[in-house]
Amino acid sequence: MNKLAAALQGKKVFAPFITAGDPDLETTKKLILAMAEAGASLVELGIPFSDPMAEGPVIQAADLRALAGGCTTDKVFAMIAEVRKETDIPLVFLTYANPIFHYGTDRFYRRCAEVGVDGTIVPDVPYEERAELDGACAKYGVDRIVMIAPTSEDRIQMLAREAKGYIYIVSSLGVTGVRSEITTDIASIYQKIRSVTDTPAAVGFGIATPEQAAAMARVSDGAIVGSAIVKLCGQYGRDCVEPVAAYVRSMVDAVNHCAG
Amino acid sequence: MSKGRFGIHGGQYIPETLMNAVQELEAAYERYKDDPEFLAELQWLYHDYANRPSMLYYAEKMTKDLGGAKIYLKREDLNHTGAHKINNVLGQCLLAQRMGKKHVIAETGAGQHGVATATVAALLGMECTVYMGAEDTKRQALNVFRMELLGAKVVPVTTGTATLKDAVNEALRVWTARVEDTYYVIGSVMGPHPYPEMVREFQKVIGREVKAQLLEREGRLPDALLACVGGGSNAMGLFYDFIPDKTVRLIGVEAAGRGIDTPETAATIACGSEGIFHGMKSLFLQDQYGQIAPVYSLSAGLDYPGIGPEHAYLHDIGRADYVAATDQEAVDAFLYLSRTEGIIPAIESAHAVAYAMKLAPTLPKDKILVVNLSGRGDKDVAAIARYLGRDLHE
Repeated sequence: MNKLAAALQGKKVFAPFITAGDPDLETTKKLILAMAEAGASLVELGIPFSDPMAEGPVIQAADLRALAGGCTTDKVFAMIAEVRKETDIPLVFLTYANPIFHYGTDRFYRRCAEVGVDGTIVPDVPYEERAELDGACAKYGVDRIVMIAPTSEDRIQMLAREAKGYIYIVSSLGVTGVRSEITTDIASIYQKIRSVTDTPAAVGFGIATPEQAAAMARVSDGAIVGSAIVKLCGQYGRDCVEPVAAYVRSMVDAVNHCAG
Repeated sequence: MSKGRFGIHGGQYIPETLMNAVQELEAAYERYKDDPEFLAELQWLYHDYANRPSMLYYAEKMTKDLGGAKIYLKREDLNHTGAHKINNVLGQCLLAQRMGKKHVIAETGAGQHGVATATVAALLGMECTVYMGAEDTKRQALNVFRMELLGAKVVPVTTGTATLKDAVNEALRVWTARVEDTYYVIGSVMGPHPYPEMVREFQKVIGREVKAQLLEREGRLPDALLACVGGGSNAMGLFYDFIPDKTVRLIGVEAAGRGIDTPETAATIACGSEGIFHGMKSLFLQDQYGQIAPVYSLSAGLDYPGIGPEHAYLHDIGRADYVAATDQEAVDAFLYLSRTEGIIPAIESAHAVAYAMKLAPTLPKDKILVVNLSGRGDKDVAAIARYLGRDLHE
């Protein structure tokens, strides 16, 4: 079992997502440290992209704010090099194929390894195109996090079998963003995953409340939350660290006491 | 290397949520593309509904005025709905019907693909939603109302630059949300496999007809084919049957906007670089960090930061040449063709006419050029008036 999977093994996972550079990279650094302190299992960090195809309006707007503020891939790497002096919480990038490809895939993953990024989630690189990233991921020891969707059906085991780090179960059809209700049969997807791998599997897309997080943690290994946090960043700007930390504490508490 | 490659270009770069839908489409396309019954129905619709074959018109006045090569115009503008877009939409909607899909979605730039999709959805009794950049709904207000008349719902897209690329983003997002009952009719030779190949197959009727029509008229192949290129479906449709005919020059004309030496351009081959976006590896206009550039052209149909992967391949191997025409050159050609031949071309097609006007005088009189008049200009009249400083109170 690799480093990221080992760090998550045997515990309930709460994985917050924020967009790097929203509202600025100094705040992003503070957010990472505060969320680590609040008990997050790992932090997913979005490298902003001009056209984030899998994102709903909240994260789209955050990406555009970050880019307008001058955030670049190089500046994100530099910020992580700084944050790594203060925390060893697992860090995972979420970005799209083009920022990686255009940066130079080998160079991108080499920088990930240098600054201490443990994995990447790239929504527009599916299983069929995994060769685009897998060489560099293996060379530098960075995990390609696999996404499994409600439509994956007979693909689930094929996808899960080679998953590294953790598995991202997409709760619902559509893009990221808060939903009042999740109707997908997560338990059955989770069982299919478990039949082929021990890699932890957490659920994301549409989760906002502690009740939803607890419900997801009951039928899987935990919850991933993006839009609800990014909304706080948009609302409070540079003053978002406190409210985000409080929110993350409540969600960590919810997944850890999900049985109740 | 994965499926659907043209050299290094193409592929299937889409979220997992869409993968089963795209594979289902691939299977349906493979099953029906050579099916005699499917092809007979498509042929009948091409002929009786879309008014194919479109005429190949010898533009004698233009030829004499320019004083060089003989110019033929392929009259895709005379198709039902006024552009080449109907060829592809008829093919895809027949396929969607056989796949049991009840709802079709489409992106549109100038509105021609949206109108064609709304039209065929009405014909086949399907629900239709069209995503269109909010900027473009203003530039092409007439086409918005036309789609609504046909029973489609038009959704203005306000994200990003509010133009064609954002309409594609939104259509892809909506498709992930309604993937089970929805078919996405992509309007150009772009997107994930099988779209680039499938759209080219439904458009290649253009070049096939040109070949037969010119052989009958002139007893020989043309010397050059010219077509405007945004995503590149009318160009790919014209070029495809001539790719093995090495004596025929293939020329794609991109939209230079205010010039390829300015940031306000949409000329992807001239100014772009390798990238992965909208489901495909191809050439894109982007910055040093791979952020997609906000592109510009007067023409809403060419205002796109990428190009179909097969064009990128034809460029790589040197089989096709890509040049660019500015807004001003396209407007000049728009006015010229209107006054010289009594044909008002779509502003997109006017880019190809503009380059023909440059090329023809440099060639001897025994050479033959075929220009794809991919659409008609009725939709552009108000925008051209604005460009020329007149307000029509539309």
